[in-house]
Amino acid sequence: MLLREVEYARPASVQEALRLLGSNDGARALAGGQTLINVMKARAASPDVLVDLADLGELRGIELGSDGTLEIGAMTTYTDIVESAEARARPILGEVCNQIADVQVRNRGTIGGNVCSNDPTNHLPPLLVAVGATMTILGQGGERSVPAQEFFLGVYMTAAGPGELLTKISVPPGKSDGFASVPIGRDGTCIVNVAASLDGGTPRLVIGCVDAVPVALMPDSVEEDAVRASVRGANLDPPADVHATADYRRHLAEVLALRAVALAAGRN
Amino acid sequence: MDAVSSRTITVDVNGEQYEREVEARRLLIHFIRDDLGLTGSHIGCDTGNCGACSVLVDGVLVKSCMMLAVQADGAKIETVEGLASEGELNGLQQAFSDHHALQCGYCTPGMLMSATALLRQNASPSEEEIRKGIQGNICRCTGYVNIVEAIKAAAP
Repeated sequence: MLLREVEYARPASVQEALRLLGSNDGARALAGGQTLINVMKARAASPDVLVDLADLGELRGIELGSDGTLEIGAMTTYTDIVESAEARARPILGEVCNQIADVQVRNRGTIGGNVCSNDPTNHLPPLLVAVGATMTILGQGGERSVPAQEFFLGVYMTAAGPGELLTKISVPPGKSDGFASVPIGRDGTCIVNVAASLDGGTPRLVIGCVDAVPVALMPDSVEEDAVRASVRGANLDPPADVHATADYRRHLAEVLALRAVALAAGRN
Repeated sequence: MDAVSSRTITVDVNGEQYEREVEARRLLIHFIRDDLGLTGSHIGCDTGNCGACSVLVDGVLVKSCMMLAVQADGAKIETVEGLASEGELNGLQQAFSDHHALQCGYCTPGMLMSATALLRQNASPSEEEIRKGIQGNICRCTGYVNIVEAIKAAAP
C-alpha cells in the first residue's frame, strides 16, 4: 500500500522534537510505528509530518529508583520491558507486554506509543491505570505529571495534546497484580481485558475494551460477591461487533474481573 | 534539522552497501523489493499481520511493511537472500526442505528470518518457544507442524 506523501524529520534532541511537533498542526510523533504506520496505510491517519523519536536516547530505557519506583522511557519497547531485570520490580508489566501481538511487533512497539494511541482494545491503558502509573508530559510550557487515570480522555485521545510529548511513565512498586483477557487468538487483540491491583489497601479493578477509556472500579473487597457487584454497578455499555455482542462483553467483564483479582490475590 | 519529503539513505543489506534517495512515505519492504530488487522478502497482507516481509534490522526481527525505509538509514539489514552462501542452503533452510516445512512457500522467507532470530537468541528452543517465536508469521498451508519440526532440527 502506498502512503500519502508525508514529510519526515529525525530530531537529535527532545527540544528539537518539540519544536517540530509545535510548528505544524499536522505533525505527529512517530515512536515504534506499529499502529501509526498501519493506520497511515489505511489513510485513517494522514499526518503531514512525522517526527521520528528514534534518536532520542533519553526517552528509552528503564530505571529502578531507590524507593522502588520504575521510570520507563516512552520509547522503551515491549521487548525491552520483557527482558529488563529492573522491570521485574513490577512483574505484571513484562508479563502483559509479552502477550502483545508477536515478536516483531514487540521488538518495535513502545510503551509510550501504546498508551498515546489509546486504542480501547490496547493492553496497557487499563494496566497502567490499575498499577497507579504517572505519565510525564513535556510541552513548550514545561513538564507536567498526569496520573494514568486522568491521561486517557477518549478513543485515540489522551492528555498529551498537540505539540506535546509523553516522555516517561513512572510505576510505583508492587506485586499483587493480575491481568486477564479474552483475546482474538492467542496474544491477539483483546475482546475484553481486566487489570487488577491489590497493592496499597483498596483493590483496584480496571476494565478495558468496554468504553472509550479504561473503566476504573474500586470493589469493597476481593470477595467474589463484591467484585461482581462492583462490575454490575458500573452499568457498562460496551460496543458490539463481529467478535462479541454487548451482552457478551458485559459477561466477560465480570468473569475476567474475578480472574484478574484471583491472579492478583495469588501473589500476596 | 527540518522535515523533508525525501532523503538519501545508506543501508547495508546482506553485507552489501546501498545508497538511494527514497521518499519518506516509502515502506522498507517496497524499498527492499522494488528499489534494491531483492524480492525474496514477500508482501503477504500489507497490514502487518502475516510476517512474510520479516527481516532483521540491526539484528532485530521486524516486519518491513511496518517500518519506513528512511527509518532504516544507517542500518544493517538481513534478508532471506543472505542465508545461503555460495549456492548452498544453510542448516535452517536445509531443515525446512528436509522436513517439508513449506508447501506454497509464500511465508517461507519470513518464517526463515523469524527462526533465524529465534535461534540466535535461544540455541535450543522448546516447542512452546518455537511456536511463540513464529507467532507473527502466518502459514496457510502446513498447519505449522513441519515448520516447528524443521526449526527444532536446525537447532544446533
